[in-house]
Amino acid sequence: MNAIKQAFRTVSDLWSLMVGLRVTGKYFVEPQRTVRYPWKAVSTVGTFKGHLELVGGTKDPFKPRCISCGMCAISCPSGCITVVKRKPPKPTPEEEKAVAEAKTRGEKVKDQTPKDPEKFLYDFSLCSLCGTCMENCPTGSLRFSHNVYVAGYSRNDFQYDLVLQLREAEAQAKPARREARPAAESEA
Amino acid sequence: MTRNADMEQVAGDFYAENFAKDASEGSLILNLGPQHPSTHGVLRVLVELDGEYVLRAEPVIGYLHRMHEKMAEVKTAAQYIPNMGRVDYGHAIAWNWAFVGAVERLAGIEVPPRAEYVRVITCELNRIASHLLWWGAYLLDLGAFTPIMYAFDDREKILDILQSPTGARLTFSYFRIGGVARDLDEDCVKAIREFIPWMRSRLPMYKEFVSDNIILRRRIEGVGVFEPDLCRRYGATGPVSRGSGLAYDVRRDEPYSVYPKLDFVVPTSDLMDARGRYDVRMEEMAQSLNIIESCLDQMPEGDTLVKGAPKPSWKVPKGETYFAVEGGRGKIGVHLVSDGGKNMYRVKLRSPSYSNLSLFAEASRGTLLADAVAILGSLDLIIPEIDR
Ligand code: SF4
Ligand code: SF4
Repeated sequence: MNAIKQAFRTVSDLWSLMVGLRVTGKYFVEPQRTVRYPWKAVSTVGTFKGHLELVGGTKDPFKPRCISCGMCAISCPSGCITVVKRKPPKPTPEEEKAVAEAKTRGEKVKDQTPKDPEKFLYDFSLCSLCGTCMENCPTGSLRFSHNVYVAGYSRNDFQYDLVLQLREAEAQAKPARREARPAAESEA
Repeated sequence: MTRNADMEQVAGDFYAENFAKDASEGSLILNLGPQHPSTHGVLRVLVELDGEYVLRAEPVIGYLHRMHEKMAEVKTAAQYIPNMGRVDYGHAIAWNWAFVGAVERLAGIEVPPRAEYVRVITCELNRIASHLLWWGAYLLDLGAFTPIMYAFDDREKILDILQSPTGARLTFSYFRIGGVARDLDEDCVKAIREFIPWMRSRLPMYKEFVSDNIILRRRIEGVGVFEPDLCRRYGATGPVSRGSGLAYDVRRDEPYSVYPKLDFVVPTSDLMDARGRYDVRMEEMAQSLNIIESCLDQMPEGDTLVKGAPKPSWKVPKGETYFAVEGGRGKIGVHLVSDGGKNMYRVKLRSPSYSNLSLFAEASRGTLLADAVAILGSLDLIIPEIDR
């Protein structure tokens, strides 16, 4: 009796292997599921968060909306943002006179300094892509790019100046300067 | 590192020397892992062997310690959320939830109903992804290579879905105090709806392909029997304790969010061995799919972030609270103490893997070395979570 049971067990054990092989066989003849990545692009990068980038204004898409308030720099958990404000332009003698006159009249002098940042330093190597900066920006001037293909040889390669990046994008967008790009890129 | 008990000198560090002190005559002390500091989980286990049998085993932890608890003391509550995505790469969203839940409980913040459903959906999707990761990696540990390919095929689908609201694939920092960062859009909901029947059709395939396979069954059946008492003594939770017949699930026993409104079964197994834990996890995937489906049906329209949600400069009100959620590996608890200052005073993270690992020393005694590896894998350890 036991021998029969044993034989039956062995057969059913072996059968489980056959069932497994059938599954493998079924998937073997199915189309390939993997993507031959570097040769073929993956389709899902559209929603992936890349590094931060500045959003341009509605009038000039290459001038950041940012008003250099520094909110993003304060709220960032990792301290990766430094916003460098513009220095007020050196006033001409006439302007200086006008300001002095206004002061004597007791009027408030309007600051003529452009609000957009001189530099927007962003250390991508520290960024945890949490989005806190973006959510707390009063002007909606930050967003995540979909540039997932960043690579570099050293940490310094990930120190970005986002204002500069926006300018580069501008240069790229202008067809007149397009010839100059490849040379500059190969230099870098 | 390896030494024979007859040898005079012990080669190795403090732990190895200390461990070797109690070595019995003629035994061999062997160091299992870590092979490389940048491998995904660097767990080190010192074992004392008599032939193929494990006399003693001692996990050595701390190689991935990143001071997450200390970091909480220098950050404001809203700034601490990205840390939570990095404690456990397997089920990051549950950690997100444990922390924001603790802050919400302390500050008395109501979460909009839609956000609660979005939280459950993403958390359960992440749980399936976590179990799939375990499934593939466990079988890899046992020497079967192919299953991980099937597991990752499905896991990639989940990650693609989760990527659309969160923007990330692994280290999500998606939850916010008072809601979630982004709503699920229509495409995303559609993708989840399509995913559910797909995954349901895959589960029987997993059963045919691997679960019933005689090689696996011989490998894990009767291996690593954890008595319920052992689980209780070490505070093991999640599939490890449910695999020993303890029907403890935070979602059911300390309900939070909308879980009381959802219909699901807490799977348990009386086998108590590695097979029991395996079965529990496989069944949990099916249950998670049910939860997601009923959430999609019940989900109301509305906001996903409460109005006036805390800004990074927001201070946690003075007080102390504890909040726990059910993660893929067990009970994730956050004990939050605030003195009303800018930063939090203390955050204690209770990680399930730590408790689950601690029973290994006792459970592995007297087993074969190969079985010890099977036991270790069946605990579903995520090492960064152990060290925090
Ligand atoms: S990006 Fe936004 S938050 Fe940051 S300085 Fe500019 S305006 Fe302020
Ligand atoms: S995404 Fe997070 S870590 Fe990165 S710069 Fe913004 S706030 Fe800082």
